[in-house]
Amino acid sequence: MKSLSEIETTSKRASKAIGFSWGVSEEVAKGIRLLELFGLPGIKNLNQYYKLINKKKFDNLSVINKNNKSNKSALCPINLGISFLDQIKKLESFKKITFSNIAYPILFIPFLSRSSEIIGKKILFKFDKNFFLFNFDVNIFSNLSKKKFPLIAKKIEISILDNKDSFTEREWKNLYKLSENTFVEETESLKKSAAGAGLTDND
Amino acid sequence: MNIKLRDPNIIMKLSRLGSFHQSKLSFLRSFLNEFKDWDYNRDLFDLNKKGYGTAVYSFKKKNRVYSLICFANKINDHERSDRVIATKWDAAFTLHDGIPKKKDIERLRNEVPKQEVGRLSYKELTLSRANKSVRIFEHVVQSLSNGVQPNLNLLDKVGYLYRTTAVYGSGKFGLADRFRIKNREEINGPFRLEMMLVYLVRQFTFDQVNHVAKNRNPKKAIKLDPHICKNLGIGNSTGLGMAPFIVNHPTLLNNWIFCRETALKKIRELKKVDKKDSNLFKNCVRNSIKNITSWNTDSEYQLQKINLLLHDVRKFLTFLEKKFDFQKDYPFNELYLWLEKETCDECIEYIVSIMLEPFDEIVQPLVKKMSSDEEKYFNIPTDRTTKDLLSIIEKKYSNILTINFKKKENQKKFWFISKNKEEPRFADRFEEQGSELEQPLAIARDIKKLHEKLLSLRKSLTINEFLIDNSDLRHVIRRAFIVEKFPYSEIQDNTIGENTIPIDMLRLKLSFFGALKFDPKSDKWLRICMFQGAPLPNELKNFDDQWVYKS
Repeated sequence: MKSLSEIETTSKRASKAIGFSWGVSEEVAKGIRLLELFGLPGIKNLNQYYKLINKKKFDNLSVINKNNKSNKSALCPINLGISFLDQIKKLESFKKITFSNIAYPILFIPFLSRSSEIIGKKILFKFDKNFFLFNFDVNIFSNLSKKKFPLIAKKIEISILDNKDSFTEREWKNLYKLSENTFVEETESLKKSAAGAGLTDND
Repeated sequence: MNIKLRDPNIIMKLSRLGSFHQSKLSFLRSFLNEFKDWDYNRDLFDLNKKGYGTAVYSFKKKNRVYSLICFANKINDHERSDRVIATKWDAAFTLHDGIPKKKDIERLRNEVPKQEVGRLSYKELTLSRANKSVRIFEHVVQSLSNGVQPNLNLLDKVGYLYRTTAVYGSGKFGLADRFRIKNREEINGPFRLEMMLVYLVRQFTFDQVNHVAKNRNPKKAIKLDPHICKNLGIGNSTGLGMAPFIVNHPTLLNNWIFCRETALKKIRELKKVDKKDSNLFKNCVRNSIKNITSWNTDSEYQLQKINLLLHDVRKFLTFLEKKFDFQKDYPFNELYLWLEKETCDECIEYIVSIMLEPFDEIVQPLVKKMSSDEEKYFNIPTDRTTKDLLSIIEKKYSNILTINFKKKENQKKFWFISKNKEEPRFADRFEEQGSELEQPLAIARDIKKLHEKLLSLRKSLTINEFLIDNSDLRHVIRRAFIVEKFPYSEIQDNTIGENTIPIDMLRLKLSFFGALKFDPKSDKWLRICMFQGAPLPNELKNFDDQWVYKS
């Protein structure tokens, strides 16, 4: 079994060798480490992508807008990921961002996960029939259980989710009421003697 | 009195970092303190008459066990090499997490002796190998087997029976990643398990030499005197492999230096010093003279440094004993200012280390702050501006910005990774091939390039806008935002100049390990000694904390 440290070092060197700068290679390496840590096939897909990268043309998107279309070629998931990560504070205000044609979408995933942590909001990544929910770079939730990851994402929608409760107010109140059973009913005597603050605020 | 932390522009210069010495903060000393109340045991010692075979040593506390597994092998003299290109060693070691099962030992017997080409598992924490000091090992075996203790003069010249030539950890060759074990309280300090491995290897060398002597002459042989054992350490040959580490781990580097600087600041701020503490300090300085006079090297460069150090430490000792009054307010501040005025860099840093000795209450809390959660500082704050970045660079890299990298001598060298051994190397850019594959370790040059680029901008941009066209500078942009928060995270010097001495980088790291007797063999590799004078395992429960100055 390869350690995550080996995975990170080798991914960084391979990324530099394929033509990315050292700084970008460091980002890719962190991403592949993250994918492998979460049990997603990072090394496998990076390997496949790097075999293609010099044979096939991939588009770059330096500035991300609300709605983005690639030209003839699919978008490079690494350059797109770097742009997304770097621009996340601006993108946060868009709420919903669309793209078309991203090659090897799995390689885009770590950048979205890290972006979720930077802005402190969940990010929902939907493409075709698949979705991934990124929770502050702590975990990734997905409906994609297939081992073989799609090689291209055709129609992509990314939503920046406002932090909101996943339960109703009624459900909360019920649970809160139950939690009150751990509290002690205060008698007059306890009110006087057990509180930390003084009894008058005007002394 | 509020003393300022020392200026990184002075402290982080390579020549200054290359003058650092071990201290109470050093990792091998904090390892001994942490593990002193653990149970030590020799669990297996299955060596043949010649000393080849398997041995297991362990430290245990409650349910936690760390086991050193040793494989001693026969090699021919011509196969013995300290260089990283070697493929055979006298002994190979791994530190196993827990009690190894027979199956584990069999698996490791096939892998550990292969070192870099073997595969370890997440159950192993560190990996190492070592060679005998042939002239010493055989002499000790022969003497003991004849019923006499070895020649102490000869032992003093070398200081160890075995020399390790690499100690690996943190995920290398399949070893456990640091994150798997980082929450264990007992290893909350850098390189603690590497130190454990070296310490247990030291004990193995004593057991092996006694065993071989006994088998050579069962009737007459005696054991190596424990007092002699105590004065032997473990040698280490270190090459360039260590150098990139301190560039690649900026927040960790900062924390090491910051803790040392904070300790010095707090000690200089002490208004009054107890007699007990001032006496302890004086004793350590006095006793330490032996460490300098027994420091052997053939290196002209190091000899000059040692001679100057000895001269200046004696001068300091005379001042301390004849002219200085510890009853004064802020005595350590006064001593420090005297050192700066009167002595060389090597002596200043030597005495600074000794100043830490009496002050456990200052040093011990800092020992716990020497690790770093590096991931937390990896993201670049891309919403900040190029104006911010320019200001950080001009403030934090002011000396580096004065270097002219258009001059050949300032960019004469380059760092690369050798294809044969996957190890760092340092070569002449203009005479050797391969500079197009340079490693990103020329931070000063790249910071200067970034500065020039920023100066040429017509208006301030956000960092994310700047990065769109300047991806090649991303690695140094990240570093500049790190140094903004961590003042000692960057070497404030040129790492690719004609006069760059790579062993200065090694010396810095080794001083934090707790190494003694730096013995440069060239500008790219050196030998050192670890644990010389340290308590033996059976003495750990009650030992003198100033053992370093009594060896």
